[in-house]
Amino acid sequence: MCTTCGCSGTSEAAVLDSGHSHDGGHHAHVHQHGHEHAPGAVVSLEQQILAKNSLLAERNRGWFAGRGILALNLVSSPGAGKTTLLERTIRELGPTLPIGVVEGDQATETDAARIRAAGCEAVQINTGTGCHLDADMVRRGLAALKPAPGSVVMIENVGNLVCPALFDLGEHAKVVMLSVTEGDDKPLKYPHMFRAAQLMVVTKSDLLPYVDFSIERCLGHARAVNRPIRTFVLSAATGEGVAAWYDWLTTERAAVLEASA
Amino acid sequence: MHELSIAQSIVEAVCERAGDSRVRRLTLVVGRLAAVLPDALRFCFEVCAEGTVLAGAELYIVEPAGRGRCRDCGREQGMNSLYDLCACGAAGLECVGGAELLIKEMEIA
Repeated sequence: MCTTCGCSGTSEAAVLDSGHSHDGGHHAHVHQHGHEHAPGAVVSLEQQILAKNSLLAERNRGWFAGRGILALNLVSSPGAGKTTLLERTIRELGPTLPIGVVEGDQATETDAARIRAAGCEAVQINTGTGCHLDADMVRRGLAALKPAPGSVVMIENVGNLVCPALFDLGEHAKVVMLSVTEGDDKPLKYPHMFRAAQLMVVTKSDLLPYVDFSIERCLGHARAVNRPIRTFVLSAATGEGVAAWYDWLTTERAAVLEASA
Repeated sequence: MHELSIAQSIVEAVCERAGDSRVRRLTLVVGRLAAVLPDALRFCFEVCAEGTVLAGAELYIVEPAGRGRCRDCGREQGMNSLYDLCACGAAGLECVGGAELLIKEMEIA
């Protein structure tokens, strides 16, 4: 079984770049150091369980910073509208703001194809049995995506409000999305994810008249688990509220670019 | 579900340190607010440890309780969930304990 990608044997995480599979070769890791400890010895280890992922995430962070790239880790439950918001963002902002996308799904290349149709480069990572992206998968995705310096990289994580909360990818910020059809108590039901995020985007606001969803209650719940969290309410279908999201993206990207200059 | 890849991380990291020695007991620290279920982790650990020097090792998990600090009044207190309120009524406690995810020590067989 592979620690790096969370796969179990044959169904390994694959980076798909226009249908080509890149073998990361990270499964051949056997560590035999050929030394023995004394029987009964208690050896202090004192290391973070996720140390390896954190180290790789820091490398990604440095890689982004050196190139002035704004990287965002988009997380939500399946169907919250991550890909739809990306499509609109690419169509409307793409001409002035270069965007590249790393798509994470358990299977299929459907989302990468949608993103490419909207007009930007996309690399699909299939996690197989894995329930989240990790820093090494993103590293391999970036090698295939080759984002331009000064661009924005959107990492669309596997639709899952639990597991991706624990795995740093080296992103500038985690953006958690929540659609109004899901219920305004989601921040309390999945507090770890809403706490890990810096930004919450409430999507499908055009459906508000038809569902029992209170923006006010939702914001209250989000602040109960993460008081400094910033929030946008928008509809990628009608365009309502997207201007504030674009402003935020543009401002953050300018700040990252300036820091790298 | 993420307990599986966490168990794999643990087994790989400990095998690197253990070398050729068999491990009798492994101690972890998993805070109660760490979003990792000890029971699920035990199950996954057993599966991942198979065929390694950790096979059959006893897994001992220390579970520190959550601690929160109020952003308003500064009071430190026990924290059972990420949405606990402070006694002063303020929401959004800062978590200062109980989020640990640590490989503590191993005892060689």
